Amino acid sequence: MNTQEAIFNYCLRLGDNALVLGHRYSEWCSRGPILEEDLALTNTALDLIGRAQAFLNYAGQIEAKGRSADDLAYKRAERKFLNNLIVELPNGDFAFTMARQLLFSAYEFYLYEALSKSKDPQIAAIALKGLKEVGYHLEHAADWALRLGDGTEESHNRYQSAINGLWPYTDELFEMNASDEILKEADVAPDLSHIKSKWLLKVTDLLSAANIKIPGNVYMHTGSREGIHTEHLGHMLSEMQYLQRAYPDAKW
Amino acid sequence: MVRTDKYTTESIMKLLSEIPDPEIPVITIKELGMLQNVREENGKYIITITPTYTACPAMKMLEQQILETCALHGIKDVRVELTYTPAWTTDWISKEAREKLKNYGIAPPQKKACSAVFSADTVQCPRCGSRHTEIISRFGSTACKALYKCTDCHEPFEYFKCH
Repeated sequence: MNTQEAIFNYCLRLGDNALVLGHRYSEWCSRGPILEEDLALTNTALDLIGRAQAFLNYAGQIEAKGRSADDLAYKRAERKFLNNLIVELPNGDFAFTMARQLLFSAYEFYLYEALSKSKDPQIAAIALKGLKEVGYHLEHAADWALRLGDGTEESHNRYQSAINGLWPYTDELFEMNASDEILKEADVAPDLSHIKSKWLLKVTDLLSAANIKIPGNVYMHTGSREGIHTEHLGHMLSEMQYLQRAYPDAKW
Repeated sequence: MVRTDKYTTESIMKLLSEIPDPEIPVITIKELGMLQNVREENGKYIITITPTYTACPAMKMLEQQILETCALHGIKDVRVELTYTPAWTTDWISKEAREKLKNYGIAPPQKKACSAVFSADTVQCPRCGSRHTEIISRFGSTACKALYKCTDCHEPFEYFKCH
């Protein structure tokens, strides 16, 4: 693998994470627990779709085979998607969605902070642009961690069981594969073990403030770096990609 | 190729500076900082714009408005380019534009934008000027705004978030 191929793979991962999670948030549209939260979830979805477009566009340019962001989003099968497993899990209840946002936004925050200093100017530009949005998402998720975790017995139990269910998908966020190693050497992408220690500190801090315990020794899922996903991604894509599959190259 | 029409990059910039923001028509795209610059390249005018938020849904409309304005004035060979650098910030909104926002009923950004997370803004009510306000929702009708209410005059209002 050369540097260009590694950048392509890396931007697919960043773009796919934003696209898949953005789609999950869109599924909340008109189903939010209160009107303000409906606005919040769909606004967050919009930010993520924007980042997906930026990263997938750039991936297409790097690949130089004429594929647009739309081609990459709508015409790849799930084995070609490189998003982390945690973002494709179904939304569950509101506590699950917000707990995932906390874990994932904290990860994105430190990752984008590092990527904003990337030697690749386009990755740095998108990361710096996204960083402020991610920070805002993290604040929002932290509000809900406190409110649910430190709320009623019912809300506490739901938030705790959401964290228990999500935790086994967190290790995978920090796995280094060949692309990561090449880009680390080229100062394009960070060493994810450094991101992990910052992430763990922040997440522990936020969760303990909300009276939520981090699960101990649990089995950690893996696979997305090789395009191996949970059963949920294929179902999601069959809905998301339906129009382009049924009417190839259809345009608005 | 050298252009022979009567326009210069400066005069085009001036023309485009008048275009109102598609979502907040009381200020222009120049005042908001979305219109970055106009340059000439091989006889083509390249107009650079930047989104407020990465997914700003007004970008397509903005491009259309720019192309229409150019067409209306007979300016040909125009291309609109999107850039992410430098990253847009509310710091670019001038004092005058902030005043316009306030008079329109939108509380302008209260301080310098910074990437510091977990720092709450104290927002002044655009109607009565009170600082006794509270947040209703972190998100609002557009990506750049949040919803607040004033606990003195009891009016709800929009706040243009520091970014």
